[in-house]
Amino acid sequence: MSTDTPRQLTLRILRSSPSEGIAPHWQDFHVEEAEGMTLFIALNEIRDTLDPSLQFDFVCRAGICGSCGMLIDGRPGLACRSLTRDFGPLITLAPLPVFALIGDLSVDTGSWMRGTAERLETWIHSRAEADLMAVEAPMVPELAEAIYELDRCIECGCCVAGCGTLRMREDFVGAVGLNKIARFRLDPRDERSDEDYYELIGDDNGVFGCMSLLGCHDVCPKGLPLQTQIAFLRRRMVAVGLK
Amino acid sequence: MRILYTDVLVIGGGLAGLRAAVGARRRGHDVIILSLVPAKRSHSAAAQGGMQASLGNTAKGEGDNEDVHFEDTVRGSDWGCDQAVARLFVHAAPQAVRELAAWGVPWNRVRAGEREVVMDGRRVTLSERPEAHGLIAARDFGGTKKWRTCYVSDGTGHAMLYAVSDKAVAEGIPVHERMEAIALIHEGGRCHGAVVRNLVTGELVAYVAKATCIATGGFGRIYRVTSNAVINEGIGAAIALETGAACLGNMEAVQFHPTTIFPAGILVTEGCRGDGGLLKDAAGHRFMPDYEPEKKELASRDVVSRRMEEHIRAGHGVKSRFGEHLWLDITLLGAAHIDGRLREVKEICRHFLGIDPARDFIPVRPAQHYSMGGIRTDARGEAHGLAGLFACGEAACWDLHGFNRLGGNSVAETVVAGMIVGENMADFVESPAGELQVSTALVREFLAAEQAKLDTLLQGNGSESATDIRRRMQDIMTDKVGIFRRGDLLTEAVDELQALLQRSRRIGVATRRPGSNPELVAAYRVQKMLKLALCVAYGALQRTESRGAHYREDHPRRDDANWLKRTLAGWSDPFQTLPSLAYEALDVRHMELPPGWRGYGARDAIEHPATAPRAAEIAAIREAFGHADRAIVQQALMPYEHLVPLRFRGHNARLGDAW
Repeated sequence: MSTDTPRQLTLRILRSSPSEGIAPHWQDFHVEEAEGMTLFIALNEIRDTLDPSLQFDFVCRAGICGSCGMLIDGRPGLACRSLTRDFGPLITLAPLPVFALIGDLSVDTGSWMRGTAERLETWIHSRAEADLMAVEAPMVPELAEAIYELDRCIECGCCVAGCGTLRMREDFVGAVGLNKIARFRLDPRDERSDEDYYELIGDDNGVFGCMSLLGCHDVCPKGLPLQTQIAFLRRRMVAVGLK
Repeated sequence: MRILYTDVLVIGGGLAGLRAAVGARRRGHDVIILSLVPAKRSHSAAAQGGMQASLGNTAKGEGDNEDVHFEDTVRGSDWGCDQAVARLFVHAAPQAVRELAAWGVPWNRVRAGEREVVMDGRRVTLSERPEAHGLIAARDFGGTKKWRTCYVSDGTGHAMLYAVSDKAVAEGIPVHERMEAIALIHEGGRCHGAVVRNLVTGELVAYVAKATCIATGGFGRIYRVTSNAVINEGIGAAIALETGAACLGNMEAVQFHPTTIFPAGILVTEGCRGDGGLLKDAAGHRFMPDYEPEKKELASRDVVSRRMEEHIRAGHGVKSRFGEHLWLDITLLGAAHIDGRLREVKEICRHFLGIDPARDFIPVRPAQHYSMGGIRTDARGEAHGLAGLFACGEAACWDLHGFNRLGGNSVAETVVAGMIVGENMADFVESPAGELQVSTALVREFLAAEQAKLDTLLQGNGSESATDIRRRMQDIMTDKVGIFRRGDLLTEAVDELQALLQRSRRIGVATRRPGSNPELVAAYRVQKMLKLALCVAYGALQRTESRGAHYREDHPRRDDANWLKRTLAGWSDPFQTLPSLAYEALDVRHMELPPGWRGYGARDAIEHPATAPRAAEIAAIREAFGHADRAIVQQALMPYEHLVPLRFRGHNARLGDAW
């Protein structure tokens, strides 16, 4: 492979600048592929050498922080860990839908996720104040691991961008929201009951709105078990609703 | 002119800033957090392996306590840390872990009974106590006598950041995202807040506050090869430096992490070695025992990184088209262990290298990782020289880490310092010194000065390119101010960086649009980053000894007689091209643990004349107090309890305590 001449890549990027009233339009950039090149490397090369005004968001560039969700050839994914060699010579990049557009590939996931956190109260609800000097309360080791399994969500927004329901119901909590409820529901430190959770997600903007298209499950970069969690939550919430 | 008022302004939405904000909020004060990115995207999320706290729940942690953690930390720092701060830290760390447990962090838990682990290349069976079942577990990390690093698989920082970030939401603390502090507002040695640029609209806003806290993390991006996130550019430290009143401590103390994947520089956790992973060379030989028979792969990071580079220099590196590297072998841990405890490592290997670490060796080489230096504060977290300015976490030089930080002590420092500084800021705000006395004329002046600087970049017809200058700076730092340092190379680095700083004053920006403008951002940031780079390089040039991560080939011995002191870098004149350096002595006569051998690494330190008398004095104190209560002995050796905020005082209970 190293003896081959490198591929010439075309990155076709959906540009826009709402602050200047510039409508979305496609613009092609040409870069020479390098070994191990990721979209992080390619986009920075474009900004450093071709167009310093290009907007995009990277933070950790290691697939951990969730900043760089975008549509890569139409599919939501993390740009930092997408290797160009896994794509054809023409790669299209567009900002994630649903979220407010800042410009080019940059969208405002932060406000959306903060709104979700406030709405679903994604924190431990406990009446007791912990005694920090005392030996901590024990937890079943397997349970701690099961909670972490759902705690791995990085709020990248790929599931939101891949959600069919969100196209029709803009107040739908999305897989990210439902997964958080599943996570806190599993956690014995959170004293909320299923009745409490029903108040949060027991309607069409919650778990009953999901059309089970499950694009979320397919595109989740962390491979979270969204399909089973949504199905399980729906069953639990039906049980509350029937009471 | 837009001015926002608040009691406490926290700059930085990572773990340290969030925890400090929660502390001040819970004391009843209004808090605003500024963050470059959504808070949960902060670099704290990338901490993988874990957080040190001496809970002592696991079999290999039995007998652990604050004393052992303290000694490990001081030895790790190569006696460069502030020992009272280290005491304060080890005291509060168990409380921090327990608080996080209450806030929802799914810490890995002890499973009673026998289990197989890998130690020193062999499978060993450990037996966990039944009474410890379900308590918080710990893994081994470098430079520690006990297994003390509490963890959540290898996503510890992520789990902590999400818990604390959600706690901040629960407390109703606003986080103003995509906002960057570009100058501190100050007068007469008192900080009044910051001039802040909205990264989306480009607007400048003044945030006026009784107390301001900088928690912006490290500055790894002044290097080309770094594990740091792209936002770790040290702008928080730089704006403190630019006040000319505050100063930066020990900027030459820069940590290089032994295992970042080659060549991308992405971190794979020290937990790989803590859990039994080995370092191997081109011949497949495990070389660390040859250099470090005591701690092998688990010596401190400065020592392991140096040994790795030494081994590559000796011709044992693996050659590749990008240069040479070594191997990290975790295949011996088995697929089940990797799937459970090292899953981020597995994902990183798969996505960036296309390999499976359960079957393949991981190509690694040391890269810049952590900034021990930062805004110099006292033990309360308040900056030297600027009342009302606080700093915590990696942005600060508190100074817990001295010249080398132990793995697992940084993510611990974020929350512990956040707990302590949050309380201290609340005390400050409630005190007469915390009253706000600032004129809007002063605020207007600072806003105008910053706007003028931006206008110069946008309309000054400058011809220099920020991208070129930045790339050159990063090359200089990586090539000449790296793991092995030499006087001649450091002199070249300082000269070249000064020339770059002068060129940076003539940067021109082509993109003139209002609002989001990455080109403008790169321009004003590189001007600030160059000042930090100069603090690092010039501090390293002046320090003619080797201590911790600062290694001078031309001065290879630790020199306690002349260099048991902290470098303080100031920048009072905006047109100077070198920092003004001053030094702050570390007083051996007050140390609980006088300088000695670390237990790994070199043994040839030049002794300080006060070391032997202090060691004799300590022996006499221990003799005189015999079996007295630990707290009483502590009081005689080195008092620190007065530094502990009231709500964190007391005895940390452990399993099997007699009381």
